Amino acid sequence: MNSAKLTDSLRDAGIAAGITAVLAFFFIGLRTDIEVSDLVLSTHWTNYFIAIAVVFVGRLALNLLVFKAERPIAGRIGALVPSIPGLSGLGRYFGLALGAFAIVFPFLPFAERYLIDLGILVLTYVMLGWGLNIVVGLAGLLDLGYVAFYAVGAYSYALLAQYFGWSFWICLPLAGILASFWGIILGFPVLRLRGDYLAIVTLAFGEIIRIVLLNWYTFTGGPDGISGIARPSFFGIPFKRGDGGFADVFGLHYTSLHRIIFLYYLIFALALLTSFVSNRLRRLPVGRAWEALREDEIACRSLGLNTTNIKLSAFALGAMFGGFAGSFFATRQGFISPESFTFIESALVLAIVVLGGLGSQIGVAIAALVMIGGFEVFRELENYRMLIFGLAMVLIMIWRPRGLISSREPSVVLVERKRIGSEAVAQGEGH
Amino acid sequence: MDYFLQQLINGVTLGSIYGLIAIGYTMVYGIIGMINFAHGDIFMIGAFIALTMFLALTAIGISWLPIILLLALVVSMLVTSAWGWTVERIAYRPLRGSFRLAPLITAIGMSIVLQNFVQISQGAKIKPLPPQIEGGITLMEGMRGGQSFAVQLSYLQMIIIALTVVLMVGFNALISRTALGRAQRACEQDRKMAALLGVNVDRTISLTFVMGAALAAVAGLMFLLYYGVIDFFIGFVAGVKAFTAAVLGGIGSLPGAMLGGLLIGMIEVFWSAYFSIEYKDVAAFSILAIVLIFLPSGLLGRPEVEKV
Repeated sequence: MNSAKLTDSLRDAGIAAGITAVLAFFFIGLRTDIEVSDLVLSTHWTNYFIAIAVVFVGRLALNLLVFKAERPIAGRIGALVPSIPGLSGLGRYFGLALGAFAIVFPFLPFAERYLIDLGILVLTYVMLGWGLNIVVGLAGLLDLGYVAFYAVGAYSYALLAQYFGWSFWICLPLAGILASFWGIILGFPVLRLRGDYLAIVTLAFGEIIRIVLLNWYTFTGGPDGISGIARPSFFGIPFKRGDGGFADVFGLHYTSLHRIIFLYYLIFALALLTSFVSNRLRRLPVGRAWEALREDEIACRSLGLNTTNIKLSAFALGAMFGGFAGSFFATRQGFISPESFTFIESALVLAIVVLGGLGSQIGVAIAALVMIGGFEVFRELENYRMLIFGLAMVLIMIWRPRGLISSREPSVVLVERKRIGSEAVAQGEGH
Repeated sequence: MDYFLQQLINGVTLGSIYGLIAIGYTMVYGIIGMINFAHGDIFMIGAFIALTMFLALTAIGISWLPIILLLALVVSMLVTSAWGWTVERIAYRPLRGSFRLAPLITAIGMSIVLQNFVQISQGAKIKPLPPQIEGGITLMEGMRGGQSFAVQLSYLQMIIIALTVVLMVGFNALISRTALGRAQRACEQDRKMAALLGVNVDRTISLTFVMGAALAAVAGLMFLLYYGVIDFFIGFVAGVKAFTAAVLGGIGSLPGAMLGGLLIGMIEVFWSAYFSIEYKDVAAFSILAIVLIFLPSGLLGRPEVEKV
């Protein structure tokens, strides 16, 4: 290690510490608190200096030990952290292994109720991710209001079950149809818009749905939400203790775990259905049109494709799966309120899709597992876990801008089927 | 008419705040084509710095209001700019030239980080600040619902509107007359060509974030004084409204951002005054959707010419 490098690194770390000193002064150094209706200022110099020291030492250590360059470099985390070489190649087998694990998971000895609940949550997000993948990954339409369709599905089921007393199995398709109907209503006027205009309108739509749910007290219960939503039955056989219950009919010993396991397989099946349908559709003309549209809208129009219909179909299908997931959410929770359908949910699902690698099914599943599972692992840290969650989003994205699984199987091939590496994908080929 | 005038005054005030935030969105979008989701939270950071400055200055014995205001404004602008610069440096610059959706995700991540950082470091409770600037002038006496009321233009509203006008004029001069503004416009048109002609693109983009953050800090201070309460979550709603304003005015256009801000502010105020306060956001968003259907590139945006 030469001294010039050390000096450079020290100066770089000093600059970083100086910036931290400026940034943190008003937030870590000083703190305002309400005491007896008055705001009081307090100082926390220890924390402030610890923060500066941490940044200085951390930056210095990064410069000397990780970056190992002649000059301090910044902003090239992607180049520094070696990409996992096997990750893109083993996608297929890994996917199968993950699927097999998901099937046997509830019967593994360590699977407690808490873990199965977590599995249900992860699978819900996997399904939402796959549903949104149709819109964002395949058709290339940026949708920031996906949670609206999730909400429509959840409220459709809750209200239909409440007012008409219909069972989950009747309401599920209806919820999907209603959600896709809303997708078409929204999509019809706005799908002429391009890229980011569409993003803001979908975001606005998500907020509108939430505000209406919040304020239409007589119909939706407003902020109180809807409680006592009917639980699903095993195709007509309820999960209850005693005669006629699931345990009784199948001669099992009653535990409340049966319903949880059933819910687990239900969402697993719904997620697989989403994946299966979108995979098959990719090979149909409409699916190919989606991908063509994503690559070049003008070329599509010149070739006589009706871009509005193509976009609408993607929007409606994505919305339908969002609606399915929503009604599953309602039946699992037994209680829904507008609070569950905020923008952060849309952002989370979009983040899962992009982090997983647009268009990659297995990538989305892995991203959902990492993000939702990771979020649960840090449960003890309470407030800090959202902070860590946000940081993780930033760091993973900088590390792999194209997502975890960035190589693609082409949907349509001329001569032979071959995998397209991440370098080629990064240049815009073979999504 | 009198009631209308009062609402107009309130609408313009609120619209000024939205407009100042919207400029940050529209400039960043114009130059690198990304939605800077963390911008609303930069506004929130600015409001918090201003709040802390008010308390700190009072604590060290400065009590002359104009000097407090000035110091709070300047310090808040400077420190918030540093925040804006840092966010760009950490989360956006490494992804320059990368896949289009990647910076959007890091922006959402940064927004989560900023909100939770402030929540942890400053607490989740709302922070009230007693009114600093009181009084105003009465424009006319009016009647509403059988009761007489005075149409008021408060000094605070005057300051907000005047400051916005001054900033707008200064900012327009900065963009149209200075070397920095020229570089900024060049990068907006064609980043590669600008780089070939010797414009330091990275520096220009950084400065764009700094300028946007400084204006957001002014908006944060105004918000703090106007509403008197802030919390760590104000950035989201204000950010979405301001972004809506930027799109409504035509994204990429500076006068458009200001116009959009004023319109969104007025729609919100008039809807609350004449219809229902619960659905004011629905009204603003619906008008956005309607405008975009008929004018897909916003009110003042240039229609996109596509070259094949």
